[in-house]
Amino acid sequence: MPTHTLPDANTLINQLAAAIQPTLTPNTVLVGMHTGGVWAAQQLHGLLDVSMPHGDLDISFYRDDFDKIGLHAALKPTRLPFEVEGRDILLVDDVLYTGRSVRAAMNALFDYGRPARIRLAVLVDRIGDRELPIMAEFVGATASVPRHQHIHLIRDDAGQLSLKLVEVQ
Amino acid sequence: MSPNPQLNKDGGLRHLLTIDGLPRAILTHILDTAESFITVSEQEVKKVPLLRGKAIFNLFFEPSTRTRTTFEIAAKRLSADVINLNINASSQSKGETLLDTVDNLSAMQADMFVVRHAQSGAAHMIARHVAPHIHVVNAGDGRHAHPTQGLLDVFTIRKYKGEFHNLRVAIVGDVLHSRVARSQIHALTTLGVPEVRVIAPKTLLPTAVEQMGVQVYHDMGQGLKDVDVVIMLRLQNERMRGALLPSAQEYFKYYGLTPDKLAHAHPDAIVMHPGPMNRGVEIDSAVADGKQSVILPQVTYGIAVRMAVMSILAGN
Amino acid sequence: MKIQIKNGRVIDPKHGLDTHADVYIAAGKIAAIGDAPKGFQANRVIDASGCIVCPGLVDLAARLREPGFEYKATLESEMDAACAGGITSLACPPDTDPPLDEPGLVEMLKFRAQNLNQAHVYPIGALTQKLEGARLTEMAELRDAGCVGFSQADAAITDTQVLVRALEYAATFGFTVWLRPQDAYLAKGGVAHDGFVATRLGLPAIPASAETVALATILLLVKETGASVHLCRLSAAESLAMVRRAKSDGLKVSCDVGINHLHLTEMDIGYFDPNYHLIPPLRGLRDRDAIRAALADGTVDALCSDHTPVDEDGKQMPFGESEPGATGLELLLPLTLKWAREHHVALPDALARITLHPAQILGLNAGHLGVGQAADVCVFNPETQWIVAASALKSQGKNTPFLGYEMQGKVRATLVDGHVVFEG
Repeated sequence: MPTHTLPDANTLINQLAAAIQPTLTPNTVLVGMHTGGVWAAQQLHGLLDVSMPHGDLDISFYRDDFDKIGLHAALKPTRLPFEVEGRDILLVDDVLYTGRSVRAAMNALFDYGRPARIRLAVLVDRIGDRELPIMAEFVGATASVPRHQHIHLIRDDAGQLSLKLVEVQ
Repeated sequence: MSPNPQLNKDGGLRHLLTIDGLPRAILTHILDTAESFITVSEQEVKKVPLLRGKAIFNLFFEPSTRTRTTFEIAAKRLSADVINLNINASSQSKGETLLDTVDNLSAMQADMFVVRHAQSGAAHMIARHVAPHIHVVNAGDGRHAHPTQGLLDVFTIRKYKGEFHNLRVAIVGDVLHSRVARSQIHALTTLGVPEVRVIAPKTLLPTAVEQMGVQVYHDMGQGLKDVDVVIMLRLQNERMRGALLPSAQEYFKYYGLTPDKLAHAHPDAIVMHPGPMNRGVEIDSAVADGKQSVILPQVTYGIAVRMAVMSILAGN
Repeated sequence: MKIQIKNGRVIDPKHGLDTHADVYIAAGKIAAIGDAPKGFQANRVIDASGCIVCPGLVDLAARLREPGFEYKATLESEMDAACAGGITSLACPPDTDPPLDEPGLVEMLKFRAQNLNQAHVYPIGALTQKLEGARLTEMAELRDAGCVGFSQADAAITDTQVLVRALEYAATFGFTVWLRPQDAYLAKGGVAHDGFVATRLGLPAIPASAETVALATILLLVKETGASVHLCRLSAAESLAMVRRAKSDGLKVSCDVGINHLHLTEMDIGYFDPNYHLIPPLRGLRDRDAIRAALADGTVDALCSDHTPVDEDGKQMPFGESEPGATGLELLLPLTLKWAREHHVALPDALARITLHPAQILGLNAGHLGVGQAADVCVFNPETQWIVAASALKSQGKNTPFLGYEMQGKVRATLVDGHVVFEG
């Protein structure tokens, strides 16, 4: 699937915001997963009517491939400026693929406290490639790409988000 | 000379034995990673599963409850299994050599050795000897190096001062016998601190220390003038009287850090000490407990830095 | 047994000989060089084409580790190593266990060595009992038992009064006292040269002054007592300058340096490699260069292997706890040749420092190829290249800083008293 056929990221975020807005509660917080999920969560936060600041989650310490690839070169600090305990969490990521990142994110969140609920919002759901029983409640678009390709969310200097297809090394 | 024994063939960190010779990028990577680990201590569950199933052996041939504890906490926060071994001289004298001990523990599926030894170079020797999958962290060898202490010190400095390129740092005390001072000097110069000073009487400075990139002072007033960071070194009890120094009292009078002497430094200067302190010998309580002291934060940061080191090594 | 060594380049520093000639050996002695003696019928011909034929090497310091340290090396293994290194005479220091401080021990060592029928062994007796630096040994008795000099090996005499008396007593009989200058207090606890490398590695240091202070004492006492002193293993540039002055003042001193210090410096310690833990410590580049120059200009009379085999357990330790010393019998020749090549020293002059000069220091009629002389001969190929590896060494000690180095020059044959004791 060539790059130009990927949907526009901003359109997806707007669609997601529209879908999420009716489900918000006063107890809802947005938590973006580094790095693409944090950008998406930031933009959603701007569009949605939520009072709480959004959180940033780095899942490097919870990944299940540490033995194979070691620690990521550039870690981003986790920043959760609220109590996790009893919270309604909306986890945001750019692409849902195998489901392993989401598993790691949930484990990380539970080390901060016991949330009341966790839901998942993703820009793109790569259907058919799941390795864990995980599904997203809010999906911007679905895509089916070969395993040798990744979908990346990138951000340009002006802060504009776009989706890009890259070959796996 | 043989290639740097700390690095693997891709230039990644395989062992942490000394800061001497490590590229700046590796030091910065450790500090950045440590930054992420600070948040772990804020979690409800102060633990991440990174090193689950790994066995880390704390091999202490020289007693040190303090350093061993910080390594132990760091390893446990990474979910590793920690085995503490205090190997005193008597069990060594039963004829088992240092390397016999290492071989035995390697056979118990060790993944990492954290080594403290009274002899300079002991960690290097163990690193040369172990199987390729085992990592060695030097937790202090003789007078040679204490790299995690050096790293936590520069981490602390970065936390308080932000940058390294505009700093003046003074290290005060027994540099001759200090592995901490050597690691600090290498860390500071590698990270680009333009002015590192050492202040001590001539009996406590090693030959040609200026070749390590430091300026030598014998007078506290001159040496502390306008510095941004003051690092005090511990003076070992047995060195306080004899041929190196006449008495602890005279040492304190001329080289102990008092509020008066600290006044020569920059008003925002921070005061550090690797611990444990000898109050009234190298540092006055008014300074140790004063508002410029960052001695306790050093201890906290030490855990994050050791977590960073262990997880980077285990992942390489 | 009559042996003809043919087609070689014969170098004999004592007789100024450097020529392509055949060497004829009969009844254990050099029968002729050049033309065959009348009616000479060789039982055996050694083809020395491309090789140098020179006097067998004389080594001033080879620890054979007997008695007491047989787990590190035995007379058998080390004599094999000596022969493989072209060495036909060697002096062994008294730091055995027990030290060579009693005639019986010396006689036993001589007896064991003679039965092996290889290189000649010349024990250096202990200067003080148990090398403790307190009571003198029975030097005259020890001389009668076979000692050719008296020494403290690496144990310093801390009590200067004992040193004076030892020198006076030795001078009474005309014995040479061998001393390695080292101030015990300045060297206390040290394992590396007091310079930038020891500072960086945090190794307890031995300053050059540990050697020069002791040397100054010795030189003044030599002047006062008239004793004959041989100075061993000098390592510091300043020491060599002091010896140069002393010699020009007419003092009766000779001196040697070891092969490791001729080539290596403190920098070579690298990352705490215990093979570089030596006594005295490897010093700075300036010191190393001074040693090379002093050996060339004659300030230093002789070069020795300072052979010190150490077992693996002794080296598999942190640098400071490891046992100092290096194996050297098989490296004496190639490292002499390396120095000669690098320092542009003529081959006969270089060979004099491992043949004639050490023989003179020992007071031996050896180290030359005079007709009628005992046929102690070394035949070596100066071009043969080989790698120093544990498997390449006959010595039981495999500990040398030169492990993995490429050497140029290898012994083809060694003869002692006209017997071929080694062929490579």
